[in-house]
Amino acid sequence: MVGIIAVGAYVPRLRLQRQAVAAANGWFNSALKGLGKGERAMANWDEDAITMAVEAGRDGLEGYDRGRLAKVILASTSQVFADRQNAGVVKEALNLDDSVGTMDVAGSQRAATSALLDALYAAKGGAGEILCIASERRHPAPASEQEMTGCDAAAAVLVGAGEVAADFLGGHSVSIDFVDHFRADDSEFDYNWEARFVRDEGYARIAPAAVKAGLVKAGVTVANVDYFIMGAPMKGVNDAVAKAVGVKPEAVVEPLAAVMGDAGAAQPLIMLAKVLENAPAGQIVVVVGFGQGCDVLVFKTTAKVGGAVRGMGVSGWLARGKPETNYIKYLFFNNLLALDRGMRAEADQKTSLTSLYRNRKAVLALVGGKCSKTGTVQFPKSEISVNQNDRAQGTQEDYPLADRTAKILTYTADNLSYNPDPPGYYGAVEFDEGGRITMDFGDVEADDVFVGAQMRMMFRIKAVDEMRGFVKYFWKAVPDYRAKAQAALAAE
Amino acid sequence: MASGIRDKVAILGMGCARFGERWDADADGLMVEAFNEAIADAGIDVSEIGAAWLGVGFDGVSVGPSGIPLSMALRLPNIAVTKVENYCASGTESFRGAVYAVASGACDIALAMGVEKLKDTGYGGLPVRSRGIVSDMIGVSGSAPGNFAQIASAYRAKHNVTPELLKRAIAHVSVKSHANGAKNPKAHLRKPITEEQCLNAPMIAEPLGLFDCCGVSDGAACAIVTTPEIARALGKTDLVTVKALQLSVSNGWEMQGAGWDGSYFHTTRIAAARAYQEAGITDPRKQISLMEVHDCFSITELVTMEDLGVSAEGGAVKDVLDGVFDADGAIPCQIDGGLKCFGHPIGASGLRMLYENYLQLLGRAGDRQRKQQPIFGLTHNLGGMPTQNVSSVAIVGLADA
Repeated sequence: MVGIIAVGAYVPRLRLQRQAVAAANGWFNSALKGLGKGERAMANWDEDAITMAVEAGRDGLEGYDRGRLAKVILASTSQVFADRQNAGVVKEALNLDDSVGTMDVAGSQRAATSALLDALYAAKGGAGEILCIASERRHPAPASEQEMTGCDAAAAVLVGAGEVAADFLGGHSVSIDFVDHFRADDSEFDYNWEARFVRDEGYARIAPAAVKAGLVKAGVTVANVDYFIMGAPMKGVNDAVAKAVGVKPEAVVEPLAAVMGDAGAAQPLIMLAKVLENAPAGQIVVVVGFGQGCDVLVFKTTAKVGGAVRGMGVSGWLARGKPETNYIKYLFFNNLLALDRGMRAEADQKTSLTSLYRNRKAVLALVGGKCSKTGTVQFPKSEISVNQNDRAQGTQEDYPLADRTAKILTYTADNLSYNPDPPGYYGAVEFDEGGRITMDFGDVEADDVFVGAQMRMMFRIKAVDEMRGFVKYFWKAVPDYRAKAQAALAAE
Repeated sequence: MASGIRDKVAILGMGCARFGERWDADADGLMVEAFNEAIADAGIDVSEIGAAWLGVGFDGVSVGPSGIPLSMALRLPNIAVTKVENYCASGTESFRGAVYAVASGACDIALAMGVEKLKDTGYGGLPVRSRGIVSDMIGVSGSAPGNFAQIASAYRAKHNVTPELLKRAIAHVSVKSHANGAKNPKAHLRKPITEEQCLNAPMIAEPLGLFDCCGVSDGAACAIVTTPEIARALGKTDLVTVKALQLSVSNGWEMQGAGWDGSYFHTTRIAAARAYQEAGITDPRKQISLMEVHDCFSITELVTMEDLGVSAEGGAVKDVLDGVFDADGAIPCQIDGGLKCFGHPIGASGLRMLYENYLQLLGRAGDRQRKQQPIFGLTHNLGGMPTQNVSSVAIVGLADA
């Protein structure tokens, strides 16, 4: 059997309150006032499609032997680099073997479903196990409806053959150059056509036919569909398409509009990951991707579905949210507002690509060294061990630190050096299994930072080289969110 | 077994420019100001200087590469001039070069100059700079206060000191230095402050407020050294000689190894132990008369009292609040205002500290002169950050001490 082995997700911690957006922009676009309800996930300044993909990937690979992985696919319409493989950065951050294949998929709101469909076909053909990640850091124009409905988030679906959590029963694609919106390669924002056209001529005509054809291919009767995942952000559209196909109304999966928002191409995969948190065995799950056509994927959950979510999952990340009421901060984090950053922000952030290549495991995967003689753990690796009692030379073996927890040893909150979200928190952390790093902290509040606080590593943007358009990535210590998220989930 | 530097080299003359926001001067002007005072004090001709060292911390903004800027500023007679950089110990490092040259017999008279021109960047604080290509990828590009502030977090945790008590103790450090700086005509900051002002100042890097941070200044300081014999032959009677000159440099243990708890400066403890041995000092709290330590931040000075062994470990908070290091205390620390108020032109600072001890030992410190005759004066520099630093300890004293 070929299908889904596991799923993972990532939803950034900040949740922009739509009321704050409506309050700021309602004077200009009064239609926004009616949308000022609920919250939308908002990437921190140091997150993008790549960093969120890494976190979703880690979440999906929790408890999984990464040595089994054959390929990583990253689907996004907000890829960071136009020419430097984004999936390749994710592969490095996940510390995968160089023999793992990588591929970027882009260009359509269907990017993730198409990527997943192809991954499943490839797995069927014996390609091995494939991690299909969808990640979006969206960039809507200020005061647009999309700014209200959209969000930043990611999901990962691990597919392969064997005892899967959900069987892939079949899929179908139609391709039609239906342009509901577009964004040229050098454009900042989407250009959107009238919503009524998109709904009535697009979704209403293209999606039902595709879904019906998909169900036929999968050999599933429409009445048996238990979960219908489409994720169109427009009100009523998912229900209307389901109704047109004949799917029972209660099967339509709620698209997380109130608590997260629409993560573009990643949305169907995020909803799929959410569904697999609780779906019992033997359920039919239909996933639809819409954009210049339509993708349809049909799954049936198995007795293994209970093991599909091993990490935080969508619900865990949603439970980790922190309300953000400062719309100005959102604008600044998204390069939509030029604040006076001061001269300290002028520091040249040029990266030496030769040095990055040599040090790629340390920089991108947080791989340190462990002395094969003394067991001393250190970061970064060095020719001569840091052990003061044994200057063993050339004895260090790769020692990945990214998935190990650490405790704060020293810290400060720095108001002087430039940080897009001041104060900048940083300090020394000591790993519970040895080794220490002085590093930036991410996603922190003053109360989170104290000597002995438990931290977990996250892949983040370190700085942006604006002069050359390069993004510098490294790891940051964030408060270990897992116990808190679990407690929040249990309390729900 | 090395015999050490004790009493092998004497200070022939010293000079120090007025520190501060020297909008009027370039680096060469500051160097000439310090040099003119030093050479007049030494009573020699420039042609008698055999070799020179230049200490600069930020050459990108201060002077540029090489020893040439010093040679040009002073129009030295084509002698060897070497530029040294060792973070905030650069000034002491230049002194070390000159002292070693004389002690080795390679030259009779050598000059050490430290200079920094920091106020030409357009913004307050130290210039933002790279720490190398690899560090730029995996290191924290924090500010100096942010780096040093971390000592406070670990110190509080280790010694179970409340944030309020530690904040009050470090406020006392700064209040004391402001009081001292007010009496020093060459100091950058000459206004006394109150504890209340200090506690309520804007936060720079938790828990360091504005008054917990030293002045970022322009300035230069200069020493001319020779052997005691030559100094006497030149007519000097009261000789200040070098008793100890030690430097300890982190090897990565604090930052990457295991065992350091973040609450003290490992290198200072090593440099101090070596310096006391070299100078023959067995009880620093009793024997050291004056200290000029690297009070880049108030917390640094407080912790340094323990690292130098003048306070017991965990005892500096009490000693500071008891006034042990005040100008009229048992061991005055920063009687000239320190980095805090005299100012901190990086490359000049080590020599500025020596300048004060030199003046105090010779009874030439004016309004701020310590009444009780000093015997040993200690200077201490700390460059870098708590996890990774260069620490120097120098002790000077009267030749017969």
